[in-house]
Amino acid sequence: MSEAIAFLEPRDAVLSRRREIIEDLSELVPAGRLVHEPTALVPFETDGFIAYRRRPLAVVLPETTEQVAAVMKYCHRYGIPVIPRGAGTSLSGGAIPQEDAVVLGLSAMTRILDIDYANRCAVVQAGVTNLAISEAVGADGYFYAPDPSSQLACTIGGNIAMNSGGAHCLKYGVTTNNLLGVKLVLVDGTIIDLGGKHLDATGYDLLGLVCGSEGQLGIVTEATVRLLAKPEGARPVLFGFDSAEAAGSCVADVIGAGIVPVAIEFMDKPAIEICEAFAKAGYPLDVEALLIVEVEGSEAEMEAMLASIVEIAKRHNVKTVRESQSPTEAALIWKGRKSAFGATGRIADYICMDGTVPLSQLAYVLKKTSEIIDRYGLRVANVFHAGDGNMHPLILYNINDPEDAAKAEAAGMEILKLCVDAGGCLTGEHGVGIEKRDLMRHQFSDVDLDQQMAVRSAFDADWILNPSKVFPLEGRS
Amino acid sequence: MLMPATENEAAGIIRAHAESGTALHLAGSGTRSGFGNAPLAETRLSSRCLSGIAAYNPAEMVMTARAGTPISEIEAALAENGQSMAFEPPDHRGVMGTSGEPTIGGACATNASGPRRFTAGALRDHLLGVRFVNGHGEVVKAGGKVMKNVTGLDLVKLMTGSLGTLGLLTEVTFKVLPAPKNAVTIVLSGLEDEIAMRAMAAAMALSVEVSGAAHLPESVRGRFIDGRLPQGAATVLRLEGLEASVTVRGEKLSKAMGAFAPVQVLDAAATSRLWRQIADVHPYADGTERPLWRVSMAPSEAWKLVAGLRLSAGVDAFYDWQGGLVWMRMEDDPAADTLRQGIRALGGGHATLLRAPEAVRATIPAMEPLSAAVTLLSERVRAKFDPRGIFNPGLMTQGART
Ligand SMILES: Cc1cc2nc3c(=O)[nH]c(=O)nc-3n(C[C@H](O)[C@H](O)[C@H](O)COP(=O)(O)OP(=O)(O)OC[C@H]3O[C@@H](n4cnc5c(N)ncnc54)[C@H](O)[C@@H]3O)c2cc1C
Repeated sequence: MSEAIAFLEPRDAVLSRRREIIEDLSELVPAGRLVHEPTALVPFETDGFIAYRRRPLAVVLPETTEQVAAVMKYCHRYGIPVIPRGAGTSLSGGAIPQEDAVVLGLSAMTRILDIDYANRCAVVQAGVTNLAISEAVGADGYFYAPDPSSQLACTIGGNIAMNSGGAHCLKYGVTTNNLLGVKLVLVDGTIIDLGGKHLDATGYDLLGLVCGSEGQLGIVTEATVRLLAKPEGARPVLFGFDSAEAAGSCVADVIGAGIVPVAIEFMDKPAIEICEAFAKAGYPLDVEALLIVEVEGSEAEMEAMLASIVEIAKRHNVKTVRESQSPTEAALIWKGRKSAFGATGRIADYICMDGTVPLSQLAYVLKKTSEIIDRYGLRVANVFHAGDGNMHPLILYNINDPEDAAKAEAAGMEILKLCVDAGGCLTGEHGVGIEKRDLMRHQFSDVDLDQQMAVRSAFDADWILNPSKVFPLEGRS
Repeated sequence: MLMPATENEAAGIIRAHAESGTALHLAGSGTRSGFGNAPLAETRLSSRCLSGIAAYNPAEMVMTARAGTPISEIEAALAENGQSMAFEPPDHRGVMGTSGEPTIGGACATNASGPRRFTAGALRDHLLGVRFVNGHGEVVKAGGKVMKNVTGLDLVKLMTGSLGTLGLLTEVTFKVLPAPKNAVTIVLSGLEDEIAMRAMAAAMALSVEVSGAAHLPESVRGRFIDGRLPQGAATVLRLEGLEASVTVRGEKLSKAMGAFAPVQVLDAAATSRLWRQIADVHPYADGTERPLWRVSMAPSEAWKLVAGLRLSAGVDAFYDWQGGLVWMRMEDDPAADTLRQGIRALGGGHATLLRAPEAVRATIPAMEPLSAAVTLLSERVRAKFDPRGIFNPGLMTQGART
């Protein structure tokens, strides 16, 4: 296990009261909603960032907002750190606990409270999974737009905390653009409503601030999310190019031509090989870079858009063009891309990085990335959302070899710095968590960071909510 | 009026005022100077001279501009590249009875969003990064210059719509989009408010991507596009996009809407003028000071508020955002209490008094009062930016005025 990332020292005052705390908590939630046996705590020791794990003091799984409020009030009173948790799919260690912390899991709050087509929104509890929302409204012709690859498992509460995105956010935006309101339990147990079925708010945009705050400002117990009418049709096209540069400038020209597809996904050669070996999607193996461009609309519209896109791709010497002729073929094109994480996991352990860069820097950053990886003697596969410059280098390594693990981590950090230096930022969708915490000073000056930390303190003066995350441990006030 | 020419100079001015605890009225060009409660500050600090587009790469769909840059300059630069601001910033000089050159900083500070807001998002959804001077006189940057960014707390959202109470914006970076190549408006005639809301909701359920949905009752219909809308209330639905898309969708939408009312179609030129006038609240830009409210509610509920108010007050109103945004002009008394109670009874939302005679405004909070817990939280947040409270004191919370 890698130990490069530090956690805050557990508070003795909390650890020494463990037994008492567990007893008190058992009175705040229904029977069976408190977990404290060591073996039962194991699943809560880590999240999708499995290189690190810490055993929490206890886990509570409340069923109502009031129970969440009671737990918060109690923990606040005794200075007990609280780690909010949804499905635990965070890739940045956002939901990893520590020894003196109570994990507050929302996974039992899975009710869809209201589906309101007249106002195109749904009110759901925080533990509802992302996909469950679209499934609940799909038969009526609606969907919830943000679609992280983890959508089968991840919760709307986790999506809000991480401001998650997905392949289709080029057109539809990320979570913050599709969120109308939340019910939020503040650190002292106060319950507030931000937003609702109306648009925008008077006063400060606290809803916008809470979205992406990584469980540091309050516990989301309910969310009001936007529903959209499903498009008439959708069609992906596969393009193979001889170089990443050609693929990159093709993307820029498509956008320059006034066409905004719903998705533009990019894969480099190693990623193509890995995904093809697994999904047998018929990806071309003789190209250096592959784009999946998806358009939406009626038949006539898709025809018109695709004709222009193909025309542009030809100008960049496209080698392969595969238009899907049927839903089966379309599904196959996506299958390769969507199985990228799983397929990579079959051949090696990997860490998934998540930086963003300006589109004009894509080819440069890809080239530099492979130089960095070569220097560490590792391998990398790149698969990402090209339309918005969100890179996902998957760094392959051997998790059982501490030296290899340390190298992978170091290479990953260098790549993220490279993204920032190229005018981008540290994370486009996975969050800072513990993973990128110590790089924050690379992107922000002390003044910038102090302002963020001051705002955090306005919500949680004692820093008991998810305290080891997001901000560097040193220099906290 | 203080008009620093550089960000550093602005920071110096603010530092000096912070030290002496002297309040500042932050402004761009003052075209919205009537917005909110009157700030209790003698000295105006304007970002007007922090001007110019700093970076613009059309292929990346991103622009960076200094806060004082006139919106007209930005629109011209975008138009040259076939792009536009999808949030359609409205021009409220007409309704507010002001003159001057609206700035992008002012638009960001007011989160100025037009008719496309209910589908494409507000200005806040397009703002990627900002630079600002906080109440310590420090230059802070937040956000970034790329489309996707979840690095740290999203202070950009907090700055948007904060009406100059958290800091002086000096530079903003925002997302731009290809300007629609074609647009049409489908007009349904003669619908009562309630049926119009149902028709708009039905339109939004179709896969035709309506990008504007407004209901203009008979009392205002004649004041749009020189009275060229057909007789009776007009429920208008906008479609935008590539040439082929708009035609196909227009046919589909017209056919479906025919079940509600007789349908006519407006061409691109008329569409452009009509929606500009809806954004700018054209019917009430009448040179009067008659109380004007801007109300945001759930689209299914707003018409009920108007119907209820009509029983007790003289009200003229029209609806944007599928019915969820109501522009409401009162004949005399602003009826603030009745209005705000009505909003709460119908599930919540907010009302802002945009315009009223000075004497009336002094007695009514311009912004919707917040719950006690949210007020407390907002005050704590504000204190982290501006501990001495020197920026626009009283503007957001009228309580501080007295
Ligand atoms: C295979 C795989 C693919 C992925 N693909 C994507 C992708 O395409 N796009 C993307 O954006 N992400 C992706 N992720 C990352 C992850 O799924 C998202 O970050 C997701 O939003 C986390 O949701 P969760 O419910 O699992 O939250 P958790 O992992 O349990 O928690 C994540 C963070 O949110 C906080 N939190 C959770 N619930 C709440 C709540 N109710 N209130 C307050 N704070 C809360 C936690 O404290 C933590 O900081 C992927 C992960 C995996 C494993």
